[in-house]
Amino acid sequence: MQAVLQFLNANMWPLIDALVIVGVFPLMAGYVVLLERKVMADMQARLGPMRVGPHGLLQPLADALKLMIKEDIIPESADRIIFWMAPVLSVTAGMLAFAAIPIGPGFLIANMNVGLLFILAVSSMGIFGIVLGGWASNSHYSLLGALRSSAQLVSYEVAVGMAMVSGLLLAGTLSMKDIVAAQAEKGMWFAFVAPVGFVIYLIGSVAETNRAPFDLPEAESELVAGYMTEYSGFRWALYFLAEYSNMIVVASVATTLFLGGWMRPFASVHAFDFLDFVPVLFMLGVTGYCLYRIPKQTGWDQKFILAIFAGICFVIAAALGMVFAPPLAFLKVPVLGAFWFIAKVMGYVYVFLWVRFTFPRYRFDQLMRLGWHFLIPLSIVNVMGVATALVLHRQAGWSSWVAFPVLLVVTILLAFWLVRAGERRDQQAARSAA
Amino acid sequence: MVKRFRDRFGEAVREAWLDRKQSILVVDAAKLRAVCEFARDSEKFDMLVDLTAVDWPKREKRFEVVLQLYSFAKNERLRVKAQVADGEPVPSVIFVWPAAGWLERECFDMFGIRFDGHPGLKRILLPDEWQGHPLRKDYDILQQDEAWVRENMGIESGQ
Amino acid sequence: MDETRSEGMAPPSVELAVPGADEIVINMGPQHPSTHGVLRVKLRLDGERIDGSECIIGYLHRGVEKIAEHRSYQQFAPYVDRMDYVAAVSNGLGYCEAVEKLLGAEAPPRARVVRTILTELQRIASHLLWLGTHALDIGALTPIFYCLREREEILKIFEKYCGARLTTHAFRIGGLQYETYDGFEHDVKRFCDDFGTKVDEYEQLLTGNRIWVGRCKGVGVLTAKQAIALGVTGPPLRASGVKWDLRKAMPYAAYDRYDFIIPTGTNGDTYDRYLVRMEEMRQSRRICLQAVENIPTGPIMAKVGKVLKPPPGEVYHSIEAPKGEIGYYVVSDGTTQPYRVRVRPPSFINLQAFDTMVRGHLVADVVAIIGTLDIVLGEVDR
Repeated sequence: MQAVLQFLNANMWPLIDALVIVGVFPLMAGYVVLLERKVMADMQARLGPMRVGPHGLLQPLADALKLMIKEDIIPESADRIIFWMAPVLSVTAGMLAFAAIPIGPGFLIANMNVGLLFILAVSSMGIFGIVLGGWASNSHYSLLGALRSSAQLVSYEVAVGMAMVSGLLLAGTLSMKDIVAAQAEKGMWFAFVAPVGFVIYLIGSVAETNRAPFDLPEAESELVAGYMTEYSGFRWALYFLAEYSNMIVVASVATTLFLGGWMRPFASVHAFDFLDFVPVLFMLGVTGYCLYRIPKQTGWDQKFILAIFAGICFVIAAALGMVFAPPLAFLKVPVLGAFWFIAKVMGYVYVFLWVRFTFPRYRFDQLMRLGWHFLIPLSIVNVMGVATALVLHRQAGWSSWVAFPVLLVVTILLAFWLVRAGERRDQQAARSAA
Repeated sequence: MVKRFRDRFGEAVREAWLDRKQSILVVDAAKLRAVCEFARDSEKFDMLVDLTAVDWPKREKRFEVVLQLYSFAKNERLRVKAQVADGEPVPSVIFVWPAAGWLERECFDMFGIRFDGHPGLKRILLPDEWQGHPLRKDYDILQQDEAWVRENMGIESGQ
Repeated sequence: MDETRSEGMAPPSVELAVPGADEIVINMGPQHPSTHGVLRVKLRLDGERIDGSECIIGYLHRGVEKIAEHRSYQQFAPYVDRMDYVAAVSNGLGYCEAVEKLLGAEAPPRARVVRTILTELQRIASHLLWLGTHALDIGALTPIFYCLREREEILKIFEKYCGARLTTHAFRIGGLQYETYDGFEHDVKRFCDDFGTKVDEYEQLLTGNRIWVGRCKGVGVLTAKQAIALGVTGPPLRASGVKWDLRKAMPYAAYDRYDFIIPTGTNGDTYDRYLVRMEEMRQSRRICLQAVENIPTGPIMAKVGKVLKPPPGEVYHSIEAPKGEIGYYVVSDGTTQPYRVRVRPPSFINLQAFDTMVRGHLVADVVAIIGTLDIVLGEVDR
């Protein structure tokens, strides 16, 4: 007993952080699903879920409940143990990656000095879950879909990894906390210093999470049905959760590495200190909007739930506002930082959703061609370019305002050249086949 | 134009007339393919628009296979007919216009007219094991229904 | 016997050849989200490339031609709507004009112009549905909602005019039954004014999109020669480069009065068919705007009498439906019921070209090619 208490005492903050993160992130993943449905509806000129809770706010809870009480169907000739294990593996890999993500300067579960590598490694384990799921379903269409999906993931890992390396070169460390600190030191988010790296990461992460336009392996209108076909009920919910957790993880990594983590925009420019008030004002605005919508809800239960939601927003606004009181000033950066971090992650996720509903799907061979013939060469050149610019900046004393834009121009020119070379190659192939 | 057909095929061209301003040509069934090739190559009727049949049970040659042809160059239509008796095969025009592939299959399916030279004449719209040819005038759907019910359900249909 | 092949093109294979050692046969069953109805496609694959295919149809065969022999001419008119149920008005136009030709009657000018307007609106509606579903099959999830929203406006006009949205039975033999409602011109004009910007929006979303072009260019190529030999008509024929449209070649209804162009393509691939149909929507809008300016006054029904007994004979009349050339071969024996009605279905004959178009492509292109042919199984099977 004494040992347990000692352990708890020593690791209090990480434990609390772990509980908060493990409790909050799955809920966040669920609400990202709702966000997706609402954004999809908005882009498609309709409303989205409106009935379950005011404006569909309780939809994720209803979906979770429904999926949990659904009948558990296992195909007769499926391998039971692996069938059970595959979604668990995917979800575990997704959740485990949350351990190293810093929401605030002290607000992370495990402060490892190889944090980024840990996240990369752990999220790659999710691929096991996909392949095993496809194999355990004992249907050759599922297996084909799973293999395609894993081929896609593995291919884009290379490009994503290289893009991350270009960010790492600028940061000089793998520890997530220190990466953000490096951006604070530099005074500029790495997305502006190495934009090509950021864009490659953006495209690669869309492919990594099997999202449109790279979602051929799981699309419904294609012939091969995908690894998730035989899963229903709660098992399917686990896969779904794993996909959305992956999205959040990938967005968090992008935020930390390229978008400044928990720093507010223009963190080092004191003239913009008024931006510190944005979180409070935003949450107060949301509260006010909820209160405004309460009279327009039908039925007292909707009104009640919206009132509770408004209450929660107000509490958050109060928490965000309290840090301006002098005794709590030391909490300013962590608490406001948490807001900025989540805001940036949501912005990145919004771009995912936006892209999904705008573009048609890539065919599998076009997808692989994009990864191997375009993204990987471009990311290699990007890494070399960033390294060169850094050397020029640190060793040869070039101003960073000169070195990095030059690198940018060179990389973009190369990107165009690559694209044109690809088109020329396609034309030649078409001509020789005709 | 009819004169050119007559010159080429002589006796095979039975009749030719205009009905409601549309040209119709009736030819011998045996020469159908040759007539079509001539129509396509010399008279420039490059598209087979439709191929079907009409059942005149009172005639000696009960079926009338009807082809609608169209010429892009001349912007003209031509209807070519051939009369066949029940069981008499008709030369397929699939090698003249590949469009005839499914059209002839449908004709076979609905009327039972066999097309010689068609690479795979089997039913297209109805299931392969269907008995009878529906568009014939003596096709009795009630009889079909009673037979099916008796065979598959073991009771009398009661229709 | 020496067989003359038409310009070296083999006739489409009827049955799927037995697969070789490395090949498998897969089945896209009758129930499938993307086959636009109950179509079954068997594909013979070598890895991911398609070596051969076979379409199995007939799941929606309802014996419409047989029914026609047991109904009077007017009674049969609602049945034709149910064939190409997406574009019912065009079916009705073809049938009514065919029987009018048989009778030797002609619809009065006012009826002809209103028929033209409704048919062109129907063409826009049909192409909108095609665009939405085709984009959805290829993966773009948003255009279908926008297309259905515009189509909704057209269907509202139909509902106000004849009471039905889909299977309209809008025309009668000899003209129209219903006078245009108050505000018809205003509604049509308002729709056409809005629609101009909407079509541009859809083009913006898809036409230049790299992914869309990548999925559509070079997919499902049909050369002009192949198209003519296979009897393909409608937008697929025009996309292959043949500048032919029945509305200009053999004008019917009131088309000879209006000014419009016929869009054609060059390569005959999916992308060209897409461009042709988009442009056709614009041209239909143009026709509607011209027609609605100047609807002649007068009677809407010709004097054909209540009981129709056309003199014995036969007629083949075809019109340019949104899917292709729909033709009616009506044989009359002098009684009130037609002796034979044959419908020349554009989708049936266009679908025959599927095998030619799909060879050498990947499995993921199959849905794109089925979508681009714009088939409606109701018309394929009748």
